[in-house]
Amino acid sequence: MTRVDDTLFEDICTLVRKFAPGGVELTPATELSADLNIDSVAAMDLIMEIEDRFGLDVPVNQLSELRTLGDLAGLVAGRLKGR
Amino acid sequence: MDIFDKYAAIAERRSKLLAAGADPFNLRIEAMHGPTEATIAGRRTILVGTNNYLGLTYDPACVEAAVEALRREGTGTTGSRIANGTYGGHRALEEEIAAFMRRRHAIVFSTGYQANLAMIAGLAGPRDLILVDSDWHASIWDGCRLSGATVVRFKHNDPEDLDRRLARNEGVGECRLVIVEGTYSMLGDRAPLREIVEVKKRHGAFLLVDEAHSFGVFGATGRGVAEADGVEPDVDFIAGTFSKSLGAIGGFAVSDHPSFELLRVCARPYMFTASPGPATIASVRTALRRIAEEPALRDRIWANAKALHGGLSAQGFAVCAAMSPIIAVRLPDEAAAVWAWNRLLELGVYVNLALPPGTPNGVCLLRCSLSAAHTPAQIEQVVARFGVLAREIRVALEAPAA
Repeated sequence: MTRVDDTLFEDICTLVRKFAPGGVELTPATELSADLNIDSVAAMDLIMEIEDRFGLDVPVNQLSELRTLGDLAGLVAGRLKGR
Repeated sequence: MDIFDKYAAIAERRSKLLAAGADPFNLRIEAMHGPTEATIAGRRTILVGTNNYLGLTYDPACVEAAVEALRREGTGTTGSRIANGTYGGHRALEEEIAAFMRRRHAIVFSTGYQANLAMIAGLAGPRDLILVDSDWHASIWDGCRLSGATVVRFKHNDPEDLDRRLARNEGVGECRLVIVEGTYSMLGDRAPLREIVEVKKRHGAFLLVDEAHSFGVFGATGRGVAEADGVEPDVDFIAGTFSKSLGAIGGFAVSDHPSFELLRVCARPYMFTASPGPATIASVRTALRRIAEEPALRDRIWANAKALHGGLSAQGFAVCAAMSPIIAVRLPDEAAAVWAWNRLLELGVYVNLALPPGTPNGVCLLRCSLSAAHTPAQIEQVVARFGVLAREIRVALEAPAA
């Protein structure tokens, strides 16, 4: 997986907070569904916000492997690197 | 571990739903009394959530044609289109749909869901790129997955966002297919097809429009939003359903593409399922003629839509989109929506309860759909019963917290 720097992770967490209940600590191990109650459809809307923020596209058929915030950040870092 | 453990969260949500009253997702209709009324839980109920837009399910000519075909050709074809399931009626219906839609080719599918599945998985492959409106119907998402194509969502009804994404993905995918719906099933809002067509032409993409909820309702002759917007020549493929304006079950797709007929041997959801039964084919052929012969059906549904849209708006309900035969009322949360849905049922009105993830932006909706078969008196009754609901909601909100 592509290395994720702290700034990128924090940027992603800022967007994730819009979709997640307050009071849950966001770490690379935090699970989108189990910890943050972000279901498959909300995850797609979150991805859209991330796409806007970074000016890239994340194909939705790559989302099924996403489990944690670390997975999400790694996916975004990979897309940024691949540009 | 049990194989159903993965659904624990859904099971908990379902238990709450069942504890609140009737089961909105497994509601038993005890008797039908025509296209707009039924008996539910022993109560005579006005149906305002059937997608039976033109009310043709009980049209005498459609019923007679179905009965006659049933006697002549039996209860089912028991075979797929690529084996023994293509009768004269299937081919005749395809020719009639092509003529109605003014296209060279038409293919009939066994359900509307399968029409989208077959079209998307038949047109797009693993080397292609699909750009799809973010308010997609489940059948579109499932078709995208089945295709194996790379799938990028663009913002709902936002041609500029589509344009940006097509530009960002220049060179990605051998072919690019844009997918939108003429009108969207949950809120009843309409796609800006003129602008979308401009964008797709600029980028050399193909366009598929699902007119499931707009066929029969929009356009001067009922061909859908592409007709209404005058962009049919630039829409490469149109998909539709028999289970709404045409009053039966099944689906279709049309195109002028010279290779369109190849889908008959390339689209798995067309090939590997039994074909529609003779009664269905016969009633749809007749319904298609009825739509062509009686434009007044469209006038009636729009008059009914206007009356209900005005009535609900006047009572202060949050109606989600501009006036259309789909009128969705937004409730603040799931508990309120479930309560209101049950209360309406007690008052003798059936609407659809629509909850996330089946709705856009996580909204909870009471979704109404009108029919040309609703009488003005029925619409008045529905508005009045929604009025009772509105008063009860106001009283509950004004009551001091317990």
